[in-house]
Amino acid sequence: MTRPETRWSTGSLVNTSLKRTPLYDAHVKAGARMVPFGGWEMPVQYAGIVEEHRAVRAAVGCFDVSHMGEFEVEGRDAPAALQRLTTNDVAALEVGQVQYSLLCYPDGGIVDDLTVYRLASDRYMLTVNASNIDKDWRWVTEHGGGAQWRNVSDATGLVAVQGPKAEALVGRLADADVTRIAYYHVTEARVAGTRALISRTGYTGEDGFEIYAPAADTPRLWSALLEAGRGDGAVPIGLGARDTLRLEMRYALYGNDIDATTNPLEAGLGWIVKPAKGDFIGRDAIEKVRGTGPARKLIGLEMADRSIARHGYRVMKDDRETGVVTSGSYGPSVDRSIALAYVASAHAPIGTELGVEIRGQIRPARVVKTPFHPSRVKK
Amino acid sequence: MANVPGDLKYTREHEWAKREGDRVRVGITHFAQEQLGDVVFVELPKVGAKVTAHQAFGVVESVKAVSDLFAPISGEVLEINAELPQKPETVNKDPYGKGWMIVVKPSNAGELDQLLTSQQYEEFVAQGAH
Repeated sequence: MTRPETRWSTGSLVNTSLKRTPLYDAHVKAGARMVPFGGWEMPVQYAGIVEEHRAVRAAVGCFDVSHMGEFEVEGRDAPAALQRLTTNDVAALEVGQVQYSLLCYPDGGIVDDLTVYRLASDRYMLTVNASNIDKDWRWVTEHGGGAQWRNVSDATGLVAVQGPKAEALVGRLADADVTRIAYYHVTEARVAGTRALISRTGYTGEDGFEIYAPAADTPRLWSALLEAGRGDGAVPIGLGARDTLRLEMRYALYGNDIDATTNPLEAGLGWIVKPAKGDFIGRDAIEKVRGTGPARKLIGLEMADRSIARHGYRVMKDDRETGVVTSGSYGPSVDRSIALAYVASAHAPIGTELGVEIRGQIRPARVVKTPFHPSRVKK
Repeated sequence: MANVPGDLKYTREHEWAKREGDRVRVGITHFAQEQLGDVVFVELPKVGAKVTAHQAFGVVESVKAVSDLFAPISGEVLEINAELPQKPETVNKDPYGKGWMIVVKPSNAGELDQLLTSQQYEEFVAQGAH
């Protein structure tokens, strides 16, 4: 029983160049299985991926996402810099509001997906993917000239609290009324005595928050959340369940579903591209695609059997290749094998019968509506 | 950790083999299922297929990994565990019992003697092999 064919390999645990979050010791103490992920040594699971996934859907789970990067930008030139760098319309952001957005290359390929926070009238924060921090930092400082940028990634811890009981749990520890924080909004408050930003955002499809805190205070915040949530069934959640939860919601994962070779429209992210706001990097290329319609589309697949369609597997239509799987797993809440794949636009309509080549054999699959599991975010 | 029954033989790829008269039952070890995590898919050969010692006879998938199943001995597949494709989690719950994978009619029963004893397998695992 060997041949792990996986990016979660446990083989390189001795790689000392991996970075650690402020919660590394807490994970090891809790018996988490640590794996390399995007240059970080992260917990892939504690009790088990399926059990953790179910805990988030049924109660509440806490995720260490401190590996993600945070950049602050401020000053008079900040709005213009962000308008040039990102695809969404920063002018539409109120103070205390959060926006999902993209950084694109001039050819429309995606540098990263990110959230943009407007913290004050001329102060913003960008949260970027862990594996892209260095690349993004070079990109924003090179192309966002004029504004004052600060990379606060190392100084910032980030804990996601997700699930139907997240609001009650965070509410007990916060000195603000968290029921008043709307979806994709953020409030400054103290949580378990720690100065924090409470953001009603997440990557699971459940209601919940992402809590930013100073790195040094993050271990205290983490243990306070797990302690206060014990009666609610709060448990720590690893990257494994984070991946199955987001997959069921069809949320894109950079490096899997989107990257420098994919454009926002084929990825189904046209809703965060706002050409009417004026010029931005990648606008012309993306608008050209909009004119013709994308040649391929990212779609949801459901396998007929329980075989797993994994990243890189070929998607077939009547024995001819039509695309490629970008993410795939067993979805614990849908109890089915599901996947995301790019396929030729002609084969993208819901109900289209396709096949996925798995170990030389073509297994039947069908294009289905996404999300695979209904979203319960608090809109 | 030691969940290594004394009456079974083992491979270095973490399969177990159990002699049942002139047949041999095959599965994966407790250590293997623990390393894999939640098993979500099992692909087994057809009854009547030939398997060869140290070669892949099937596949087991967890949420995060695909792994080959290696035959402890050569022979013909007499039975497969037809429940596993629908209930792959059985491999995690009961790896030495209801989570068995195939029953083989050995073509050379002597191959069984070349496998690891429970004690040897325990030492092998303790040395951090995977």
